[in-house]
Amino acid sequence: MSLDASVQVTLGALDLRVDLCVGDGEVVAVLGPNGAGKTTLLRALAGLLPLDGGAVALDGVVLDDVASGIFIPPEQRPIGVVFQDYLLFPHLTALDNVAFGLRCRARSQRESRERAHEWLRRVGLGDRATARPAELSGGQAQRVALARALAIEPRMLLLDEPLAALDASTRAEVRRELRRHLDAFHGIRLLVTHDPLEAIALANRIVIVEQGYVVQSGSPTEVTQQPRSSYVADLVGVNLLRGVAANTHVQIDGGGVLTVSDGGVGPVFAVIHPRAVALHRRPPEGTPRNVWKGAIASLDREGPRVRVQVHGVPPIVAEITPEAVAALRLDAGGEVWVSVKATEITTYPA
Amino acid sequence: MAVVLAATGAAIFVLPLVGLLSRALGSDVWRAVSAPTVRTALWLSLVCSVSATWCSVVFGLPLAWVQARSEFPGRALLRGLTMLPIVLPPVVGGVALLFAFGRRGLLGLWLDQAFGVRLPFTTAGAVLAETFVAMPFFVLTVEGALRSMDRRLEDAARTLGAGRWTVLRRVTLPMIRPSLLAGAVLCWARALGEFGATITFAGNFPGRTQTIPLAVYLALETDPEAGIMLSMVLLVLSLGVLVALRHRWLGAL
Repeated sequence: MSLDASVQVTLGALDLRVDLCVGDGEVVAVLGPNGAGKTTLLRALAGLLPLDGGAVALDGVVLDDVASGIFIPPEQRPIGVVFQDYLLFPHLTALDNVAFGLRCRARSQRESRERAHEWLRRVGLGDRATARPAELSGGQAQRVALARALAIEPRMLLLDEPLAALDASTRAEVRRELRRHLDAFHGIRLLVTHDPLEAIALANRIVIVEQGYVVQSGSPTEVTQQPRSSYVADLVGVNLLRGVAANTHVQIDGGGVLTVSDGGVGPVFAVIHPRAVALHRRPPEGTPRNVWKGAIASLDREGPRVRVQVHGVPPIVAEITPEAVAALRLDAGGEVWVSVKATEITTYPA
Repeated sequence: MAVVLAATGAAIFVLPLVGLLSRALGSDVWRAVSAPTVRTALWLSLVCSVSATWCSVVFGLPLAWVQARSEFPGRALLRGLTMLPIVLPPVVGGVALLFAFGRRGLLGLWLDQAFGVRLPFTTAGAVLAETFVAMPFFVLTVEGALRSMDRRLEDAARTLGAGRWTVLRRVTLPMIRPSLLAGAVLCWARALGEFGATITFAGNFPGRTQTIPLAVYLALETDPEAGIMLSMVLLVLSLGVLVALRHRWLGAL
């Protein structure tokens, strides 16, 4: 069982080119900023948007193939979708929402309702069968939407920002629940989100999509520890520099040279955690191998620490304590010396 | 100053109603309502206005759908033409209908020769005239609803296995139901009160094309009691429409 998709869609300014394979045991999260094309990708897989190129096959059955003119309409695809905002039918009860897909598949009304009731019970809403969507809380609506998508026993489950519509207080609980249902579902599971926490909590593989293209794919650990784009680096909160390595030296693309433990040879990414960056009023003496001068661009309080953005060659973000900011009398526009130990720089091939 | 102007403005609406009511209260209502001409006009009006509403729904719903959901050259022109009868003087509408469906009209000539169907000065002609004038109200209301509804609900239905007809029947139409009803009521009220296009295209024949408004006009000359009675009927029906659609127009009244 697998999804093999090569999706090419041009929609306004968006040029989506995504190749995606999802295996049976995987839960894949497509993570990317707003406007990256995540929802477009999902709609294309569901058949709600025609492909401009490429092909989609599920369990070896071709759903979409532009070259040979095959297109299976959405109502005939074995795909369940949990939409952003859930899109429950407001004129139907929770039960009838869940029974909708079963009715469309020519099940009798009685059987549909019985099975829908069973699904509502499974998501813990057996007592809310007669409620209209307007009477449900966000978390309940999400569960009804999930039950509605699962009730048709799809081969693939697509989830579009499944937790984005919830407020922070219920999100953690609903996320745990969702994780449980995803684990229990035997089929292809694919979700799209802009929330890295959601991706890490729910998926065992993350695909980063930016401006319509896949920039990275890997386990949550790989993606967070070895980011390959500034978007992911920003999400994780680390400094990401790109350059060309020659063993212990890395020539940074925008200028500057870093000394590292061993960078190998060729194009590399260099990751520096902001807490590993030290700031000084005067040129520091001692062991740090990387020392350069810069100007402070901004100081931002983040929790108990302060993130200091330094414009230099290369530019870098340091994270220090408010006490250090006071002791060093740091201020925006002021000059500062940056130092980073070679052992604090992680490099990996670009 | 503003209060005086406002009061004058209100008086323009209120005084005629008071005048009609005071005259109606003093008249012999039951004699008027039992008059055969009155009853014939009432029945005919009901038949014509309901038929016109029915035609408007049957043809207007697909028209609203096309205008709201499809892109084609000339769509703006089509929308403009659909709205035209709302602002067009009904008499002009009647004249235009004559030149299209009259016995020598574009289509009328062919209808007559091919099928022996003649619309002008028949009940069917009255229905056509009322449909011409009233359908835009239905189309406009429904088109707006189709535009403003969340189309992603239709997408959701399709992923659940609903074909296009099922989507229409089980999602789209239920979603726009309030607007369908409001549009139909509005359309019916307009058809019921139709005068200009009807008298021009269908004439004024008792039992065939003489609807209430036409009967009122004629009765004021010959039988004022009946005219007043029929006016009261239209007034009560109009108030009924206003009450039925109050949430749509007046908020919580």
